[in-house]
Amino acid sequence: MKAEETGAESRPPFAAGGGGRMDRMALASARVPFRLKVAIVWGVIFAIMAFFFWLAAFDSQWMRDNLRYVAGGLQYTVIIAAAGIVLASVLALLGALGRLSKNPIAYGVSGFYASFFRGTPLIVQMFLIYLALPQIGINLTDRFPGLPPGLDDVLVLQPAVAGILALGLNYGAYMTEIFRAGIQAVGHGQGEAAEALGMTYRQKMRRVVLPQAFRVIVPPTGNEFIAMMKDTALVSFLGITAASAEIFRRAQLVGKADFKNLEAYILVAGLYWALTAIFTVFQSRLERRLSKGYVRAQAVPSTWRSFRFLPGGGGGADASGHGVIITEEGEETKVEPI
Amino acid sequence: MIGRPNGEPIVRMENLHKRFGHLHVLRGVDMEVHKGEVVVIFGRSGSGKSTLLRCVNFLEDPTEGTVEVAGIRLEGGHRTRHKREQVRRLRLHAGMVFQQFNLFPHMTAIQNVMEGPVTVKGLKPETARPIAMELLARVGLADKAEEHPIRLSGGQQQRVAIARALAMEPDVMLFDEPTSALDPELIGEVLQAMKALATELHMTMMVVTHEMGFAREVANRMAFFHEGMILEEGTPSEMFTNTKFPETRKFLDAVL
Repeated sequence: MKAEETGAESRPPFAAGGGGRMDRMALASARVPFRLKVAIVWGVIFAIMAFFFWLAAFDSQWMRDNLRYVAGGLQYTVIIAAAGIVLASVLALLGALGRLSKNPIAYGVSGFYASFFRGTPLIVQMFLIYLALPQIGINLTDRFPGLPPGLDDVLVLQPAVAGILALGLNYGAYMTEIFRAGIQAVGHGQGEAAEALGMTYRQKMRRVVLPQAFRVIVPPTGNEFIAMMKDTALVSFLGITAASAEIFRRAQLVGKADFKNLEAYILVAGLYWALTAIFTVFQSRLERRLSKGYVRAQAVPSTWRSFRFLPGGGGGADASGHGVIITEEGEETKVEPI
Repeated sequence: MIGRPNGEPIVRMENLHKRFGHLHVLRGVDMEVHKGEVVVIFGRSGSGKSTLLRCVNFLEDPTEGTVEVAGIRLEGGHRTRHKREQVRRLRLHAGMVFQQFNLFPHMTAIQNVMEGPVTVKGLKPETARPIAMELLARVGLADKAEEHPIRLSGGQQQRVAIARALAMEPDVMLFDEPTSALDPELIGEVLQAMKALATELHMTMMVVTHEMGFAREVANRMAFFHEGMILEEGTPSEMFTNTKFPETRKFLDAVL
């Protein structure tokens, strides 16, 4: 964005060229700060939305009345997403090590895992885990009568637990690629130096490779977490009780009851949006900390840093495709793409 | 053999072959390096000298032949589970210094030097720290102990790498073109540190390098590597004054 701004200002002075109305407009436009223009654009969008709300007889009082109940589900949304991302990270690490392994079992299992969970819809996986697993459990005691009673209940999961499992398994499959790329981004010489010291595979991974891979892995994992928070809405399809429901389920319940669907879904959309905004701020702070002082350029591919949520927000690649690392002092350092 | 070497072999290679697919990089190398000896291996790039060095500590598995380091004798070929552990034990006796330094960037200089003793040998950090500090002082970097590698010059990084390898108390040090990635003005300090290893610690060293000044001054023996084999070897004075093969003469004329 900065580049466009400076690009406009660095034009030759208007007087030298002697152009027409378009040039005069461009010149006048160049005097308005870019951020102000963006703010005006956002303002217009909100005004248009307000017009449509007015058309729909938007009941903001109803929204205020129900805010407390719907927002009460935020804790479940965040807990499901947090548990999901922890599970996904563990699976992704194992999956990545498997994909990089020469062991046919590890390679085969991780390959099947990534293929299946990336190749089928998340919602299908959720129903498989929530509805299909109990079917195995029920038949288990029929087929093997010797098994202790009560085992048939083990595979009957709470909706939230089934949701966490499905989210973790699904996101873990995608994140396998992130973890694999992170591990591979650590230079070959690092592993050799560790081996030359006499380290075992485990020592090499734990002490040398993974700590360096971690810096590459964390930013995109943060993005996955933000994405997962929104996908927790799918858990509502497993039919959670009104008391322990996450925000989307709650919005559905009250919206349907009072026939205030617009208000309910705008409310819950706003909550997701706020959540995402908050965690995006955390995320960019974390990224800044991780890139501080240690690696100059090689660790953080710019495409993974370019998650932009708010106007002008976030680090990432500038217009010329160079990575931009914002240091603690707020200086921007340009780095060559790798 | 001149000077210090007392005859006890530290490294012994017998009929060593290495193939990368159809490429036959090592074509039957036999070599012994004795305790306290400094051997400089030189030759054109692509002649296989780096591969030879990397076969000594099994960063490359020799396709066939035998490598023995400090009494641990290993055959080339496929790596079994048992052999993997043997390889790891062999590596404890051979320190390696790489062309690209390969310091661990997430650790400070002293943490780099302590890493081997603490993680591999199981020393307590309190025990390892003074030893590491002494080694850093030996390579002239005591004041840089708490710096991360990124804040050190190439020459300083390479000297930390030497200290890191020394910290494992190896029987032989392998140098794989240790000055090739350095700016010319930084080469001297690294060669100086290597010379000190030879003269003060009487370290056994195998050095792949093009630095003929270093070879003349420090080496006991020079081996000219040509097309995957040692074409000829001898003391520096022999090599610099009368070579047996025109290939050696041609190479020396080109680099001197």
